[in-house]
Amino acid sequence: MTAPAPAPASVPASVSPGRRLLGHRLFWPAVILVALLMINPVFTDGFFKVELKDGHLYGSLIDIVRFGAPLILVALGMTLVIATRGIDLSVGSVVAISGALACLRISDLGDQNSAGGVLAAAGVALALSVALGAWNGLLVAGVGVQPIIATLILMVAGRGLAQLITDGQIITVNSAPYKLIGGGYWLTLPFGIVIVLAVLALTAFLTRRLALGLLIESVGGNAEASRLAGIGARGVILTVYTFCALCAGIAGLMISSNVSSADGNNAGLWIELDAILAVVIGGTPLSGGRFSLGGTVLGALIIQTLTTTIYSIGVPPETTLLFKALVVTVVCLVQSPAFRAKVFHRRRRPAGASPVAEEKVRVSA
Amino acid sequence: MAPPAPILRMKGIGKQFPGVKALDGVDFRLLPGEVHALMGENGAGKSTLIKVLTGVYDIDSGEIELAGRPVAFPGPQAARQAGISTVYQEVNLCPNLSVTENVVIGREPRRLGRVRWKEARRRAAELLGRLDLHIDVSAPLSAYSPAVQQMVAIARALDVDARVLILDEPTSSLDKDEVAQLFRVMRRLKEQGIAILFVSHFLDQIYEIADRMTILRNGRLVGEYLTSELSQVDLVAKMIGRELADLERLEDRPPAREGAPLVEADGLGRSRAIEPFTLTIREGEVVGLAGLLGSGRTEIARLLFGADHAGTGSLRIGGEPVGLRTPRAAIRHRLAFCSENRREEGLVPDLTVRENIVLALQAARGWTRPIPRRRQDELVAKYVSALNIRPADPEQPVRNLSGGNQQKVLLARWLILEPRLLILDEPTRGIDIGAKAEIQRLVAELSGGGMAVLFISAELEEVLRLSHRVGVLRDRRLVAEIDNDERLTTGALMETIASGAAS
Repeated sequence: MTAPAPAPASVPASVSPGRRLLGHRLFWPAVILVALLMINPVFTDGFFKVELKDGHLYGSLIDIVRFGAPLILVALGMTLVIATRGIDLSVGSVVAISGALACLRISDLGDQNSAGGVLAAAGVALALSVALGAWNGLLVAGVGVQPIIATLILMVAGRGLAQLITDGQIITVNSAPYKLIGGGYWLTLPFGIVIVLAVLALTAFLTRRLALGLLIESVGGNAEASRLAGIGARGVILTVYTFCALCAGIAGLMISSNVSSADGNNAGLWIELDAILAVVIGGTPLSGGRFSLGGTVLGALIIQTLTTTIYSIGVPPETTLLFKALVVTVVCLVQSPAFRAKVFHRRRRPAGASPVAEEKVRVSA
Repeated sequence: MAPPAPILRMKGIGKQFPGVKALDGVDFRLLPGEVHALMGENGAGKSTLIKVLTGVYDIDSGEIELAGRPVAFPGPQAARQAGISTVYQEVNLCPNLSVTENVVIGREPRRLGRVRWKEARRRAAELLGRLDLHIDVSAPLSAYSPAVQQMVAIARALDVDARVLILDEPTSSLDKDEVAQLFRVMRRLKEQGIAILFVSHFLDQIYEIADRMTILRNGRLVGEYLTSELSQVDLVAKMIGRELADLERLEDRPPAREGAPLVEADGLGRSRAIEPFTLTIREGEVVGLAGLLGSGRTEIARLLFGADHAGTGSLRIGGEPVGLRTPRAAIRHRLAFCSENRREEGLVPDLTVRENIVLALQAARGWTRPIPRRRQDELVAKYVSALNIRPADPEQPVRNLSGGNQQKVLLARWLILEPRLLILDEPTRGIDIGAKAEIQRLVAELSGGGMAVLFISAELEEVLRLSHRVGVLRDRRLVAEIDNDERLTTGALMETIASGAAS
């Protein structure tokens, strides 16, 4: 599902399994996630308990994945965009637009519980999301606008578009089929989790089974070399921005369905930043090239777990953001190989370093 | 007279990278007042040894002594302060700053936090004077030739009290006179008792300047020799670990051939890049392009491959008129282009050897039709062994490979497409003599098999050795096309380049 694990393959057989584990690029994100989870039982009884009620799975762990589902979706799309050395700031707006359009269409239905009508509404919303993503892709690949600027346009304009759709109001719907997307269950699992698994499987299939991943990593790693190797970089870039917007559109449906309403102003607000953070924590560099879908999922779960943890340990509301920022800083540092090398490496060889200090003094004297 | 005590001694140095033993028990010593050449093929461990010595890498085993004291440098800065200065192949200076700023940057003479520019200029002029270089130190560095820039880099390195100076391929971008100037400076520094470690691919230069040499092969020490006691042939044999017979075999000129025209350019040109030119390349033919750097050799290649748009003229491939607007279109017509600029226009450094090799084929198939993994492994294994790519681990990131092996990876990328025309722009530049011979032999074999090759090289001997026909460029104009028969010599080629007319 993740990259075809280059690290173990290139490590000679003499390296111990322990070091191989340490060297795996998902090791540190996984450690951080487990550490964050371990804090919770201290404050919440039965945190790790997952139980089956009325054929539905319940529990804090399930909730983390369920509430984190939209973020995982957006972050998956963002991963591919970032791997091409791009960035997509407009996903939050696309989330709002998609939810708004779907709710508008449903509220216009004679029978809000008609499955066909809801499907059509969701389809229209996703189609618009795809169109918006293609617009981003055209600006970046066709016109050559820098990604951060190109998507900033839609980030700002998109909020306006969402409000236009909702007429500045919050549209509420009362539709059982629509409620299923964000709040329902399927085969004991929350439906959101099912959607995430499906999209994750699709993304992994497109990038790792098919060759999209190789071309994305190539374009992100060296655009000019890729062009000379005959890669249609424009097509690749158009595809990833479109895919990213599609993911954001699905997330938009999920968020609005969960609260049965569309809020053009606040739906998906700042989700682009959380998504970028999730990608980076997951080990995909902002400079493009190699990407890790598994890492991104871990990154998104870390962020969602952090949010849950803040509530469960009772951090005062006014310090929540500051606390989150501190933890994120630590997470990013621990995750950075350069920082780890600096901190842990120095400590390991004090004996080797000391003669140099003497040498320095002697020479400069 | 007993030799003086070594200023630097390295004993049993070992350095391991993931999957590669870069250095294995290497001993090395450097005497004060000598020029010591570090020799070896690409990937032999020269760069690693230098990086270990200057604190860029730490060592896994062994010890380093400077002036009799054990040292371990945590970083390049510490090595510099201890008196080991390095000038790298790519000059690490800022062309937009003045010569003075470049020399004193980081160590500006200050008073009360204010930089004393007058004092800085005086010091820069003095340091350059030590190298016999008297230039305007307040002019921007970009105003001077690469050779002078190289000297400025050396002057900067000497600003601290250097006892060891490392010059890593300082001559690769210099012309003959500039090399002579650099060598004068090196001799002068040698007289001042500085130990110079010198790395170069040009054997003639080694024999001109070096007193002593240490040879590495595959990360192991072959031996230390006095230059005066080791012949060039023996040196090469020790570097590559086999006899030169392989190289000699290509000395015969290739037989001329009359294939069908494959690529016909008629009046193809692009303003400010290359004047309109007319050139025909036949099947199974090697056409060489000779000319000075910047004479338009690369521009011809890029136009033929569709990497740049042609402003004028037309192109026919296999008799059919085509308009190549992108490299993608050229690849569809089974053209292939190996750029001279490996790092920027060739490799994707993050990707593995395997991924780099299959990249063009995968791009041609489109992402919806992946090459099955087993087929990838077969193709890659075939070319890794055919081209002798080392280390032979297809899952290594390609950036870990040495220059010559990276070049072979790029060749493999194009060869698996089985192109009809292979354009090679400086395929042997900056790579060692063994890899060079392998690539030359490969070109001869490919053309024997019916592939057309456009071979661009600054080395006239190489062009003459491989080509059936040579196109000569001068000032962005194709001035002559000469059949490569017995009468054509490097001298005649050089005359054509210089005079602009076929003699």
